[in-house]
Amino acid sequence: MASATEQNVHPITRRPIERNPGMPYTSELVEQVRVNRSAVERRAATIGKRRSIKKSHQAAWLLKAVSCIDLTTLAGDDTDGKVRRLCEKARRPIRKDILEGLGVADLGLTTGAVCVYHNFIETAVRALEGTGIPVAAVSTGFPAGQIPHELKLAQVRASVKAGAEEIDIVISRSKVLTGDWEGLYREVSDFREACGDAHMKAILATGELATLRNVAKASWVCMMAGSDFIKTSTGKESVNATLPFSLVMVRAIRDFYDLTGHYVGYKPAGGISKAKESLDYLVLIKEELGRAWLSPQLFRFGASSLLADIERQLEHFLTGSYSADYRHPVG
Amino acid sequence: MSVRDIFETMEYGPAPESADQAWAWLRERDQALDHFIGGQWRKPSSGDYFESHSPSTGELLAQVADGNDDDVNQAVGAAVDALEGWVAIGGHGRARYLYALARAIQKNSRLFAVLESMDNGKPIRESRDIDIPLVARHFYHHAGWAQVMNRELPGYKELGVVGQVIPWNFPLLMLAWKVAPALAMGNTVVLKPAEYTSATAALFAETCKDIGLPKGVFNLVLGDHKAGSALVKHPDVRKVAFTGSTEVGRILRKQTAGTGKKLTLELGGKSPFIVFEDSDLDSVVEGLVDAIWFNQGEVCCAGSRLLVQESIADRLHHKIKTRMSRLVVGDALDKGVDVGALADPSQLERVEKMVALGVEEGGSKWQPECTLPEGGCFFPPTLITDIQPSATLAQEEIFGPVLVSMTFRTPAEAVHLANNSRYGLAASLWSESINLALDIAPKLKAGSVWINCTNQFDAASGFGGYRESGFGREGGKEGLYEYVKPSWEDQLALEPVHPLPRFVPVEESESRKVPTIDRTPKLYIGGKQSRPDGGYSTAAMDAKGQVIAEVPAGNRKDIRNAVEAARAAESWTSTSAHNRAQVLYYIAENLSARAEEFTRRIAQLNGRSTAEAAQEFVLCLDRIYTYAAMADKYDSQVHSTPFRNVTLAMKEPLGVIGIVAPEEAGLLGFISTVMPAISMGNRVVVVPSAHYALLATDFYQVLDTSDLPGGVVNIVTGNQDVLADVLARHYDIEGLWYWGTREGSKLVEEEAAATMKRTWVNHGKHHDWTDREQGEGEIFLRKATEIKNIWIPYGE
Repeated sequence: MASATEQNVHPITRRPIERNPGMPYTSELVEQVRVNRSAVERRAATIGKRRSIKKSHQAAWLLKAVSCIDLTTLAGDDTDGKVRRLCEKARRPIRKDILEGLGVADLGLTTGAVCVYHNFIETAVRALEGTGIPVAAVSTGFPAGQIPHELKLAQVRASVKAGAEEIDIVISRSKVLTGDWEGLYREVSDFREACGDAHMKAILATGELATLRNVAKASWVCMMAGSDFIKTSTGKESVNATLPFSLVMVRAIRDFYDLTGHYVGYKPAGGISKAKESLDYLVLIKEELGRAWLSPQLFRFGASSLLADIERQLEHFLTGSYSADYRHPVG
Repeated sequence: MSVRDIFETMEYGPAPESADQAWAWLRERDQALDHFIGGQWRKPSSGDYFESHSPSTGELLAQVADGNDDDVNQAVGAAVDALEGWVAIGGHGRARYLYALARAIQKNSRLFAVLESMDNGKPIRESRDIDIPLVARHFYHHAGWAQVMNRELPGYKELGVVGQVIPWNFPLLMLAWKVAPALAMGNTVVLKPAEYTSATAALFAETCKDIGLPKGVFNLVLGDHKAGSALVKHPDVRKVAFTGSTEVGRILRKQTAGTGKKLTLELGGKSPFIVFEDSDLDSVVEGLVDAIWFNQGEVCCAGSRLLVQESIADRLHHKIKTRMSRLVVGDALDKGVDVGALADPSQLERVEKMVALGVEEGGSKWQPECTLPEGGCFFPPTLITDIQPSATLAQEEIFGPVLVSMTFRTPAEAVHLANNSRYGLAASLWSESINLALDIAPKLKAGSVWINCTNQFDAASGFGGYRESGFGREGGKEGLYEYVKPSWEDQLALEPVHPLPRFVPVEESESRKVPTIDRTPKLYIGGKQSRPDGGYSTAAMDAKGQVIAEVPAGNRKDIRNAVEAARAAESWTSTSAHNRAQVLYYIAENLSARAEEFTRRIAQLNGRSTAEAAQEFVLCLDRIYTYAAMADKYDSQVHSTPFRNVTLAMKEPLGVIGIVAPEEAGLLGFISTVMPAISMGNRVVVVPSAHYALLATDFYQVLDTSDLPGGVVNIVTGNQDVLADVLARHYDIEGLWYWGTREGSKLVEEEAAATMKRTWVNHGKHHDWTDREQGEGEIFLRKATEIKNIWIPYGE
């Protein structure tokens, strides 16, 4: 849908979005974090009920969700063939007749990115050539991050060299759990430097950070260290993206923007597999951050099976009949 | 708009909830709503109807029966007829009906919700997700109370026919709050909904019919204040429960004064929303949305008075404005609307006027750019800053989506500002420090205190106010007591059980023969003996009519001084219950040491035998022991509300209580009324029996030697009814207990209307003070305390 240059344009102002350059480590910004879990959960529980998106609006919002998907395969049994199939799905995520029916055939709809392990970067880059769809690679000892720091940096550099335009790094959870915020800042700053021009998404692995307060603090540190996106999960933790985690993280993004004027993107990942859930997330983003963040430049879903449900819902919108999986090409 | 366009704009679009079934329901009734009396629909006896419109669209919803005295008479008559049977089927029988009501409401929940939103203007999300589920919850919960009434409330019985008048802001929810506990406890009901919002009450009546609720148990009279007033005044109504404005509440207090009708009033508020600098500010902002932009701000306990610590005020205001700009104002039946229509054009006009006044008085008004639908009663979310506590908007209830914001510097100042209000309904406070939050919550004068949350309601927790926000609790076990009475109340005697001695005052010449005036009794104020302000005394006579002393004739200034002393003795309230128990035991100990003297005095004044006097004296010691014992045993409770929190039903002393002790009951009457009050931590101003005044003045010497801090018990002798009037009208007294005449009881209730203090009067009936139940039943402790529910969500 978008050329590489357009990727960095603000959806409303049409001005280029400057990358978050980061800022010096400022301990007060970490210390001032306050998160009330019960209150956050109350807000998260009602956010999807306060807004209702129906009919053509729902269709448009689901298309937006598709455009924000980092279509992902991160499995031990991935092969070149599987990755190529996924890339093809990223190019044409929705059946052509459905897009025509919706009047958006000329939109050039693609997913936001394709997300793979390092070994499949080159395969994916080749498969996506000319589409403008960036390849994202998970890195830094994904998913647990339990490898030496130097190897993490080397992995990042290798992935960038292999053609990844986006690097999804994992943070050292131990630094969060032991309160070593400055150490975390140095770690992520190093990752950012190693990324060079590639955009960096910092995976917090929220399900392993124990408290919402830690999630908020880790968000701040990662943004200070120059993350372009902050991301909830690897998809491998027992708890992945949730609305409460998301609420805490996007509020940190909002405060960071108020403080610095820099946009940081948000990526919930893991466990989001239903169209209705994707709408809840989009509503949360619109309500908490505003329209500006509702674009692949600043918002992504890390998901593998979400797309299939959205396809079914879109067909249902067009035909009035409930759809079935087999009617939509697999990715 | 095309899908393509929406893809760019990312607008939400309309999400209308279908009103088809609600319209069908209205049309089946030819858009006319009638009374429901004795299980039948009844047309108004006058034949008159008034129109009820949708506040969102202005459409005519229905013609509503305009009830009058005749309709009310019929309804009360039906309720009287149904009472015996409803009591007779017992708790389990009633539980079955209440359970059936809960089920039926759930089964038709969407129809109730849609009808409610059409009628009231509140967003369908709120009626669907909040009002109606709470209504069902209320009936379930109270089905349970019906089932276990005998077990949980032994010795209590129903009141009889209950008249209930409810407001338009939560029409069905207020119905549930009133009807469910009343029916559970075996009362029958006549309900009068607000004139703007009759629809869901009619649907509820139909539900009663459908589930086969016995005829006359629930009766509905529609109409305006005429019907309400007739209901309140009806002689067969034993209890009036009202939710609405303080102004009307006051009228009802006066109208029911002296009738013996029980009364609960849930009135207005200007509830503080206190934000400390260590709060989660984003959650605070959502809390404010739930506090003041919930139900268009038409909520009696709306957190309408933001008190924010100065250090974070600018940041918080910025966040509030950002959030406000995303609120959607619109048609109640749109599922994506945050703020609906105000309930009536008159309400819109009132809010507009008040906001204009706020600006005139120097407030800075901020409203987001938002489009309001044409034609309905819409008002945008509004924030008013630069406002001082003296401004009208900081004092008066607006009852609209308008938040006023003020700052404070310290926790103590936050409490001071929060309590600087005539109201005391609810408070919300935000801090991430448990020490701070739990320090502040008990200090707030509010029936509900929500820590890090707001507008939390549940059937298991009591709701109600302090000060001019009214009295009584709805919900929880505390709410049940509003619909029952001790069984012995029916047996109270019309004449004193132990009457005063009959005598003819002895001629002056003879009384001169009395050898000595042995003491100079004084008033006892602030722990000191003091002469009466007026400089007058009255003769105290023994049982034979001989003058044995002169007792000070206290006047209004003595009462003033006594109340000031009581107010200052705050340390008694904050000291530990164990300490209070120790002092009470010590009082008993010191009194016991003077057994002979007091026994002689009792016999001298009541003319009975020394043996009888000794019996009374022993009973007095026994009673002091009871209240010493109970000081640390009348525990607060944790309610089982259905989410992750501690709902602490904290029993608090009222504060300062005026006590007009029973004239006929001497030392025992004095002890039986003063001891429960101070045991619970109250400070009292007591006007003792005039005939037995010397026992009270003897008694202060016991108090003096018992480590009781000065000002906890203040004794002003004098004419009981004259002083009762001064007490009733005093603004700085929280409660007034009166055991005197019928006329005096009426006067106390009438005069207390201005201050909305809690009154407990005997309507000229007499306790048997020697009886355990009548003399020291649980009710004494209950009347000495009020329940504050503190909601404390937890979880890291």
